[in-house]
Amino acid sequence: MIGVLALQGNFDAHLRVIKKLNLDYRLVKKSNDIDCLDGLIFPGGESTTITKLFKKDKSLIEGIKDFSNHKPILGTCAGIILMSKKANDKRVYNFGFLDISMERNAYGRQIHSFEGKISVNYLKSTKDAKALFIRAPKIKEVGKDVEIFATYKNEIVGVKQGMHVGITCHPELLNETLIHDICFREHK
Amino acid sequence: MSKVSFKVKVGLAEMLKGGVIMDVTNVEQAKIAEDAGAVSVMALERIPSDIRKDGGVARMSNPHMIKEIQENVSIPVMAKCRIGHFAEAQILEALEVDFIDESEVLTMADEYAHVDKHPFKAPFVCGARNLGEALRRIHEGAALIRTKGEAGSGNIVEAVRHMKMITSQIAELQNADLLLKAEEYRVPLDLVEEVAKNQKLTVPNFAAGGIATPADASLMMQLGAETVFVGSGIFKSEDPSERAHAIVKSVTHYKNAKDVLSASYNLKDAMKGILMSDIPEDEKFSNRGD
Repeated sequence: MIGVLALQGNFDAHLRVIKKLNLDYRLVKKSNDIDCLDGLIFPGGESTTITKLFKKDKSLIEGIKDFSNHKPILGTCAGIILMSKKANDKRVYNFGFLDISMERNAYGRQIHSFEGKISVNYLKSTKDAKALFIRAPKIKEVGKDVEIFATYKNEIVGVKQGMHVGITCHPELLNETLIHDICFREHK
Repeated sequence: MSKVSFKVKVGLAEMLKGGVIMDVTNVEQAKIAEDAGAVSVMALERIPSDIRKDGGVARMSNPHMIKEIQENVSIPVMAKCRIGHFAEAQILEALEVDFIDESEVLTMADEYAHVDKHPFKAPFVCGARNLGEALRRIHEGAALIRTKGEAGSGNIVEAVRHMKMITSQIAELQNADLLLKAEEYRVPLDLVEEVAKNQKLTVPNFAAGGIATPADASLMMQLGAETVFVGSGIFKSEDPSERAHAIVKSVTHYKNAKDVLSASYNLKDAMKGILMSDIPEDEKFSNRGD
């Protein structure tokens, strides 16, 4: 069963993709919602808002940190910012699951949001996938233990470290299942 | 407009789900809203309850004031244009506002047509009282629908009416002649067919108009709203910051009465509010723009 963090954000779209992959799902709002999950998704949304809600519930933060030691977590957009080690905005909480540093809203306001074709390394080949970049962040630095698995026009947009996967854009908004497949199927 | 750019517009609405969008009239309020966990702020010179009180023509806000707010918060900034006033919408787009609210709260500029929203790169949100209005706005290019409610009233009754109306009219489509419904609602058949099949609008559906307490926010979420707009309810109360925090918490945990209860503790008085029977029909904002 896959959990989708539902403090705020596009958890709906992730539920649709999880259903499409025939996996069970549960919304996660409290620490006891994490029990018995096989994986967890940090959706997109507003990273400052999600941070505020996390800070009101320390047990949820601790529960997720513990969970991350043995199960995979996937983050998209705001999700990858929360999973990163560092962001250019001190108000945002960083779990540090991915040794990367992030820049928020790096492409500009909504009017600069776009659909792009990303290229994804999957089972030793390269696949194209479509994704929406919605007020998206950029990955500015990548640590040595981080594997780059997705790019957009030579920019790093998707990374893996251990079991964990983060991507700056939203394949799930276009019903693209590839990234979820990579994060959750490979670790089954 | 291509389907691709429409998906990009709806994409931002998807990101705002499960959140609270707050009306703010200056930088200080915008910071209070952001600090409380608002997902977005609506920048406007006068909040609806003051527009109602002051009278006169209510127009798009001063771009300088909107820009100042944009420069001081990192969450998306929305702003309102008058119904049908596509030139105001063009200015807001040039200002790179994240969402344009073609709003019945402002004085109407065109009594016969809304803005054709397809040519814009900026997404639009529009109010609706019923399914017909919602579908017409979507057909015109709106990427997000909200109930009209009755803005500035502090009275939830109209938002409840509009949300229940939309929900029940969507359910009715299951056993209806869709061609007749398309004719009645003045929209293409394929739009009605899609809504009938999925049993939900083709864009996210938020609530607005009259939300004043954490309980109001929970009520609207339980009735099917995916996010709530709070206008006068926060900055017309006696404790804006505490109330803003409380409403954010009650939206996240809207199904959990204990959380909504704990959010409701220690709040001072909510805005006073107005009875619908005390607003003359021709002064109701929700009657504007069919």
